[in-house]
Amino acid sequence: MDTRPIDIQPIDIKPMDIRSVILAEFEKVAREQEKNLSSLADDTMLLDSGLDSLCFAIIVARLEDSLGFDPFQIASDKEFPMTIGEFIEFYEHAAP
Amino acid sequence: MPLPEPSLWGLIARGGRLDVRCIHGAAHSLALGALAGGSSLDCSLEALAGRAVMLATADQFTAALAMLELDGIARRLVLCPPDIAPEHLPLLAEIAGIEAIVSDDGAGTRAIPGTVAVHCRPGVARAGPDRTPRCQTEWVLLTSGTTGLPKLVVHTLASLIGPIKPNAAAGAAGAVWSTFYDIRRYGGLQIFFRATLSGGSLVLSSAGEPVADFLGRVGRHEITHISGTPSHWRRALMSGATDRMRPRYVRLSGEIADQAILDDLQKCFRDAGVGHAFASTEAGVAFEVNDGGAGFPSDYISRDGEVELRIADNSLLIRSPRTASRYLGPGGDLRDPDGFVDTGDMVERRDGRYFFIGRRGGIINVGGAKVHPEEVEAIINRHPAVLMSLVKARKNPFTGAVVVADVVLRPNGCNGAGGGLQSEIIASCRSGLAPHKVPALVNFVGALAVGGAGKLARRDA
Repeated sequence: MDTRPIDIQPIDIKPMDIRSVILAEFEKVAREQEKNLSSLADDTMLLDSGLDSLCFAIIVARLEDSLGFDPFQIASDKEFPMTIGEFIEFYEHAAP
Repeated sequence: MPLPEPSLWGLIARGGRLDVRCIHGAAHSLALGALAGGSSLDCSLEALAGRAVMLATADQFTAALAMLELDGIARRLVLCPPDIAPEHLPLLAEIAGIEAIVSDDGAGTRAIPGTVAVHCRPGVARAGPDRTPRCQTEWVLLTSGTTGLPKLVVHTLASLIGPIKPNAAAGAAGAVWSTFYDIRRYGGLQIFFRATLSGGSLVLSSAGEPVADFLGRVGRHEITHISGTPSHWRRALMSGATDRMRPRYVRLSGEIADQAILDDLQKCFRDAGVGHAFASTEAGVAFEVNDGGAGFPSDYISRDGEVELRIADNSLLIRSPRTASRYLGPGGDLRDPDGFVDTGDMVERRDGRYFFIGRRGGIINVGGAKVHPEEVEAIINRHPAVLMSLVKARKNPFTGAVVVADVVLRPNGCNGAGGGLQSEIIASCRSGLAPHKVPALVNFVGALAVGGAGKLARRDA
């Protein structure tokens, strides 16, 4: 029985693309969850971004599918991200 | 010593017309009357009288014959479903004190040292055996746990056939029954008894038979009553072969029947009654719902009758003469001190009805808030492009877990398996569910795995 997902394409994404994919996902999830994004500047604290933990949970799950990896499940020397800039860097650093 | 109750064969013989009532397998058919004049077993019934017997045939046709022959003869009859792991057999046989094993492959691949091997053929030979009941048989069914050793659940013929009203269940003698279940599991066994005890015939599926072939065979035998799990039925709808049969009664059990599948089946079989039953191996058949709605009316809780329902901590508890009495070997207490069986099926009351929302053990925890996968699936399945869905947990650093959904689309239902449809499904969940219950992701898949008992294969969340 074929139970493989049929809509996933392998993706080869460069660092610049990772940033735009992440920011687009922030905006999409904020719209869906009816949250007001304060700003997407690099130094905005994640907790001040207007998104709640469920939003971040959804963003991480979707990024795992669109980027093909989840840096939170990969052993890393990076600290848990606190700002939007660190969040993006966290992904760029873990990119295969 | 008290006289044994009438055996299964004795009850069937009372119904008469044994020469026109048949059991049909894919490769063989047998009129019940043939068993009056011969036996399918290669040893005498006397040799198995009072023994603990394990029924481990590969085919359910031979299993049906052996069950008809051995009730009232064997002291204990353990029914092995076809997908049982062979490595479990010796331990199960030891727990049940098995003395003889009935198989049908002739090669003795299921033989266990220290037990007698009995062969069952898909027909009869030998002169008519003496079918006088020797003892009351303990029927032992195995649970369909996903991992580990199945539990051995002890019933009697009386507890198993308790839900069946003689000659009423089928509406009339001459009904032809069929089931997607294997008759060695509780849901299928109920259909086996309904067919044989209500004066009807039975069409059995065969291992590995494509759904469309089975439905074609079912149609040729002009079946009137057919049962399966919602997953069985969704697969039948997906096969595009449902027009091969014209049942009068379509029955669902074994999984939550949501409104979408009930409506789909009513649309597909316009002239048929569509009903769902709540039953489990341990609790027996508790009730049937035939009003076309999902869940059950809340006054079922206070209804008079032999089945008593109780709700404790949102779980449905059942006390009735149809429940199993105990587990053989390990397994703990099957009933609480008041005699109730806790089903572990969680319900929620809305608008004068109780709805099943999932299994106690299947809860997904999203940031401390609970989600039953089944309640999310019920919403997803309402989308017109969706045939079936499986909701599961995915590990998440922010909330511990998030809900994700695998979705099978209807054939020809919608070609756009793209982001538009995913967003639509997520939007419909958002309008019907709390935010933490809405899937973070929707993946379209070609099919979903269905286990041996006809239920969606779920991994523990």
